[in-house]
Amino acid sequence: MLVLVVDSSTPAVTAALVEVSADGVTSRASRCTVDARAHGELLAPQVDAVLADADARPGDLGAIVAGLGPGPFTGLRVGLVTAATMGQVLGIPTYGVCSLDGIGHPVAAGEPVLAASDARRREVYWAVYDGTGQRIAGPDVDTPAVAAARARDLAVTAAVGDGAHRYADVLDLPLRAEPRYPDAVALAALAAARIRAGAPSERLTPLYLRRPDAVAATGRKPVLP
Amino acid sequence: MADEPLILGIETSCDETGVGIVRGHTLLADALASSVEEHARFGGVVPEVASRAHLEAIVPTMDRALAEAGVTIADIDAIAVTSGPGLAGALLVGVAAAKGYAVAAEKPVYGVNHLAAHVAVDTLEHGPLPEPAIALLVSGGHSSLLLVDDLARGVTPLGATIDDAAGEAFDKVARLLGLPFPGGPPIDREARNGDPGSIHFPRGLTAPKDLAAHRYDFSFSGLKTAVARWVEARQRAGEPVPVADVAAAFQEAVCDVLTAKALDACRANGIETLVVGGGVAANSRLRALAEQRAAKHGIRVRVPRPKLCTDNGAMVAALGSHLVAAGVAPSRLDLPADSAMPLTVVSV
Ligand SMILES: [Zn+2]
Repeated sequence: MLVLVVDSSTPAVTAALVEVSADGVTSRASRCTVDARAHGELLAPQVDAVLADADARPGDLGAIVAGLGPGPFTGLRVGLVTAATMGQVLGIPTYGVCSLDGIGHPVAAGEPVLAASDARRREVYWAVYDGTGQRIAGPDVDTPAVAAARARDLAVTAAVGDGAHRYADVLDLPLRAEPRYPDAVALAALAAARIRAGAPSERLTPLYLRRPDAVAATGRKPVLP
Repeated sequence: MADEPLILGIETSCDETGVGIVRGHTLLADALASSVEEHARFGGVVPEVASRAHLEAIVPTMDRALAEAGVTIADIDAIAVTSGPGLAGALLVGVAAAKGYAVAAEKPVYGVNHLAAHVAVDTLEHGPLPEPAIALLVSGGHSSLLLVDDLARGVTPLGATIDDAAGEAFDKVARLLGLPFPGGPPIDREARNGDPGSIHFPRGLTAPKDLAAHRYDFSFSGLKTAVARWVEARQRAGEPVPVADVAAAFQEAVCDVLTAKALDACRANGIETLVVGGGVAANSRLRALAEQRAAKHGIRVRVPRPKLCTDNGAMVAALGSHLVAAGVAPSRLDLPADSAMPLTVVSV
């Protein structure tokens, strides 16, 4: 089955087409552009491009997988609203996967690993995966020092992801070069069981992890300066 | 009529998620979800709260609009979306949604100007707009006077507020008077029982020296401060605040300036049609005063019904329909959300 994968939780804007079969998940076409300020401009043309690359039409899609974040709010919503609206028009199911799983799961090989993406404001979104790729802590948003302490408690031996590279000196862990951003094939693989089983479509609720910045007006304030 | 294009419009520039469907000038659906109640306790729209609400509301609002119009997305000829001006994060949800619909349904998409859409919506109520026309657009986010030569290609800004938007002044005065947010409807209600002549509040930018530089501009900050001073002086003296009179006198000051400048623009340009739009156009005194003053000069005032004055998807669909009829080319798929989209740009 032809499946569209989108993720806009990091500075990388990703659209990919994968084939999900009984044996596994293979990439058919992929576009990824790293530009933290152009998610809204880039994603739809990339979806269009991967369809053209694979010589497919929207009607050929059987499901959509979207990275739910965590990620900076504005960019994150682009991927989710794109997936939700396309799923609605095409009448196909949408499935959500934690975007950090697309970074941490593929590198798990026997020992625990920390996956981190940049949360701005000198913080990281992070999660820890055991040697089989199962998430055992997070997703959470903290300073790199807090994430590093949690990782040490969990006997983590390596770090991966753009956030890990950015704060490598604080984390003080061996770095894995790839994936730096959520990997589309990994995201699809993590949803493959649901896709194959024809599981019900899921509401794509973002993993914001932070509350909106808003100060409640306290009673009646004088308008005069 | 059946062969006129079927246009879908999406609006998310502030706190209303709107999806409208029109065929030509005929309104088929106008579905709306508002996050206004989530903002009320903050006394103003919180951008991140609005953006989160748009993401949750867009799909169900689209479903309601399609059901209301009795069409499917496959029947739609083009999708129009507000691409600016407005709150950046809020606009982005609508623009990304429009692109998602456009890509999946293989339809063209038009990124359009929110203010031009406020003008275009009147065509759903009163038919084609005579051009040129003058448009007065007043809401919580904008207060502008425009010369509309050709709604499909560009409008000429004549003037705008130099400080607060008119609707913002209503919100702030409502807060001073202990009335709920948004302030427009409760002030309108209170004012009906008040005497507009009981207090004289200032009319911003109407003195001869101001008119020389700001003939068509507005200023509501001084008015807001004057109301605050008046109310606080009463409170300090331990006297009750005559809420209805203050509301009526404040509303009169706003409506006096708005209508005087709008009609001045009509007369100076020899224009016989004035279109009023935006949330403040729902104000009963503004409508009455505009009609009364325009009638003296043989000018026709067009104000759509209140539900079409406030932000909605139908206005975006109406502008999209106008653009398609005028043969304007659709936008590219990489069209950006532009929070500061200039008035001179109707579609990108
Ligand atoms: Zn508006």
